[in-house]
Amino acid sequence: MKLVETATHVIVAVVLPPLLLGIIVKVKARFAGRVGAPLLQTYRDVWKLLQKGSVFSTTTTWVFKAGPVVSLAAVMVAALVMPLGSHPAPISFAGDAVLFAYLLALGRFFTIAAALDTGSSFEGMGAAREATFSALAEPALFLGLMMLARKSGSASLTAMLGPGLADAWVNNGGALVLVVVSFFVVLLAENSRLPFDDPNTHLELTMIHEVMVLDHGGPAFGMILYGAALKLFILGALVARLLTPVSTGNEWLDWIVFVVAISALAALVGVVESIMARLRLLHIPRLLVAASIISVFAIILTR
Amino acid sequence: MIAWLVVAAVAIAAASGVPGLFLPRSSSVGERVAAGMLAIAAALAFIAIGHVVWTGLPAELSLAWAVPGAAFAIRLDGLAAFFLAPILGISALGAIYGLEYWPQARHPENARQLRLVYGLIVAGLATTTLAANALLFLAGWEVMTLAAFIAIGTEDHLPGTRAASYLYLVSTRAGTLCLFAMFALIYATTGSLALAPMDAIAPARASGIFILALLGFGLKAGVIPLHIWLPSAHAAAPSHVSALMSGVLIKIGIYGLVRTISLLPDPPAWWAVLLIALGMSSGALGVAFAIGQHDLKRLLAYHSIENIGIILLGIGVAVLGRSAHRPELMVLGLAGGLLHVWNHSLFKGLLFLSAGAVIHACGTREIDQLGGLFSKMPRTSALFLIGAVAICGLPPLNGFISELLVYLGLFSAAGSGDASASLAPSLAAAALALIGGLALACFVKVLGAAFLGHPRSEKVAGAHDGGGLLIVPMGILAVCCGVIGLFPSSVGRFLDRAVASFAPGGHSPKIASLAPLDNLTIVFALLLACSGAAGFALLFRIRRGVTASGPTWDCGYAAPAARMQYSSSSFAEMLVGLLHWVLRAKVHRERVTGFFPRSTRFESHVDDTVLDGLVRPSLTVAGDWLGRLRWLQPGSLHLYLLYVVLALVFGLVWARGVHP
Repeated sequence: MKLVETATHVIVAVVLPPLLLGIIVKVKARFAGRVGAPLLQTYRDVWKLLQKGSVFSTTTTWVFKAGPVVSLAAVMVAALVMPLGSHPAPISFAGDAVLFAYLLALGRFFTIAAALDTGSSFEGMGAAREATFSALAEPALFLGLMMLARKSGSASLTAMLGPGLADAWVNNGGALVLVVVSFFVVLLAENSRLPFDDPNTHLELTMIHEVMVLDHGGPAFGMILYGAALKLFILGALVARLLTPVSTGNEWLDWIVFVVAISALAALVGVVESIMARLRLLHIPRLLVAASIISVFAIILTR
Repeated sequence: MIAWLVVAAVAIAAASGVPGLFLPRSSSVGERVAAGMLAIAAALAFIAIGHVVWTGLPAELSLAWAVPGAAFAIRLDGLAAFFLAPILGISALGAIYGLEYWPQARHPENARQLRLVYGLIVAGLATTTLAANALLFLAGWEVMTLAAFIAIGTEDHLPGTRAASYLYLVSTRAGTLCLFAMFALIYATTGSLALAPMDAIAPARASGIFILALLGFGLKAGVIPLHIWLPSAHAAAPSHVSALMSGVLIKIGIYGLVRTISLLPDPPAWWAVLLIALGMSSGALGVAFAIGQHDLKRLLAYHSIENIGIILLGIGVAVLGRSAHRPELMVLGLAGGLLHVWNHSLFKGLLFLSAGAVIHACGTREIDQLGGLFSKMPRTSALFLIGAVAICGLPPLNGFISELLVYLGLFSAAGSGDASASLAPSLAAAALALIGGLALACFVKVLGAAFLGHPRSEKVAGAHDGGGLLIVPMGILAVCCGVIGLFPSSVGRFLDRAVASFAPGGHSPKIASLAPLDNLTIVFALLLACSGAAGFALLFRIRRGVTASGPTWDCGYAAPAARMQYSSSSFAEMLVGLLHWVLRAKVHRERVTGFFPRSTRFESHVDDTVLDGLVRPSLTVAGDWLGRLRWLQPGSLHLYLLYVVLALVFGLVWARGVHP
């Protein structure tokens, strides 16, 4: 039973992520009155990139190749401690929430190092912004986790997002709404979505994540693209579960609930990207600090 | 028997620099003897530590000492053993490193003196951890403090070095004064100078002792705002001395604090809140100042302040657990704080040694003069990378384990009680997360600016990896970082013994029962397997496809130059701007005017706000006033001896009056 559940978890976590990017693109296209790329375009992109040749800058060293490798491995392991829907994660123990956050940080460390390995000032700009904004996003994430830990009495994501969540909504709905808002901001910031970063921009000066991977191409870029989708997926799973604290009792029905919920969340990200403009770079820290403060209110409100 | 083994180890360490004094300056025998003696001292001490940790029986020795109130009493229990291990281990590795970094042949004028005081620092530190008597403790403390003053001033022909060593001396005098007051208060309360548990003691007295300990030991540990001496002293000392100072010398302040609290009865909750608040401010401000630095060693020094903050957070949680009678909090907090003491001495030792290797090869500490070292010095750079990952607390290395324990303590403290009680631990966890994020930004900045990209100056041109004597000690430290990270349960017994020495009655739950140490091994194995698989897949795909090489994408600009790269200050500019309210970065720039402006210059630096904004101005004012008393200090020795005699006579007469 446990084996089937683990296998399903791994399959869902491996297969589903690129679809989320497809949904976001589709929603944005519909808002703009276009047909948009097919839903499965990201799968094709990843596959195409993996077949391509590579160009390496003569400045780079092995750190440049380690960037995509380590960041992908880190989010892969992080995906194993994140419960999907009402299903417990394959790996769970006290403190796995901390491990989750620090695995994302490990991936970030190597992505930034790989960007700086090229010696390009544009990639330096992106790297500096990524390092700055993600440092400010950490407290918001941890304060939210702290609130969930207080509610569930555990430092494990599986327990925080377990069956007790429905009760928590009944008793402490207000605080949970604040946590969801804060986590949604963290999700947008960590995945370099609008209003923090525009994944579609074409000007190196204004980008964050995309500019850091300017020099990666071919299979390495394919891994980066897939890793980014997976990161969106696991942080999305966190927010989606908070918004659907239900368990139908039937396992397969629960999986369907989860897939619908996370697809809806991707659509929501698409809506946000369609109706919002990008923030000025200097205003981004304010939004991140605001997310932390919202989480502090959530903790104060938690009974 | 075991106690004598430790005494022998300390004596060998203390004497390690002596043989060289009797050998000619041209001889390199002395330095090898010194390194060998420190290695032997470490081996002897490790046998004793192993025995104490495995049996759980403290090693004790008590001999008479003719000084009133003093006894040559040593006691090696779990807590002392825990601090003794890095003292002897790091110092032996540093001495081996010193054979190539500071050889007699290249530094005939000061290498013998440096080795003498290096051994004395080690012996002083070891005596301090072992002492079971306040006077013996202070004796070790003073030997260590004064020897470190000479070690910092090794290159005292450089103006900055001399200023740094005097700043250290003055600050440490103030700290020692607090310790004298603290031990006097202990003596006044218990009537004994033995370092033994003080059970029946008035709460006000206990708090007084705690505050004095916090001041005296906090100054040595570099807790903000008492850190003023630390950055310049670490930057000025030779790198293996910096590694020793940052790795173990400042930790003796933590040892003193933990030991003092362990001797006091159950603390009130406000001690814990104070410790947690100090930990948060030291951690966050330490890393904030680090981000603004351009000097590699100064930057590492500010990170020591940050890590002391993390350690204090752990100790704060432990004190909270003791005051609330929640043993699980006490164990998680103390184990996290203590393990971070070990971890910091490992990765900060590694970072200072690899920074030293870079300085050795390039002749500069300026981060913006380096760059491109990964291709010039591949081994040193890879070792620095490991240290950087470890100090950021990232899995799968050791820094993560200790931070996880502190987090677990904070989660557990926030999980119970009412909302107001959970706010402090929650904010502390958020602060720890912010510290982690900022440390990542800072170390990725150093890595990017100093080790990656194009060389930024000609100084890098001839750089190459050092020999085995530089690489092997760093390699050992890196391996230790990996072992503690991948197999955290291997240090469980050391932690359990140390925590038991702190716990009232010596009983405490085992760390393995409270933290998922074995699960981490599995997850980290998985992480390594995933990285390996992904790396293999990438290399396979690259080999199958067409590979080309060319310049970095330059957006079509034809002549990019190395100076156009993002420098360390441009990387940090955004964060320094956000933190301007505390960093107060100084920017000097000339106005750029006209269509064809003349060549111009730009300079920015972050000075120590506490030292330059608070301490120096207030001391200047105080100096103006107290200058009127300067006639008391004419600088002649016989007059000072007269003062000592007068003070002694006055003291005796006063004592007769009080206790006739």
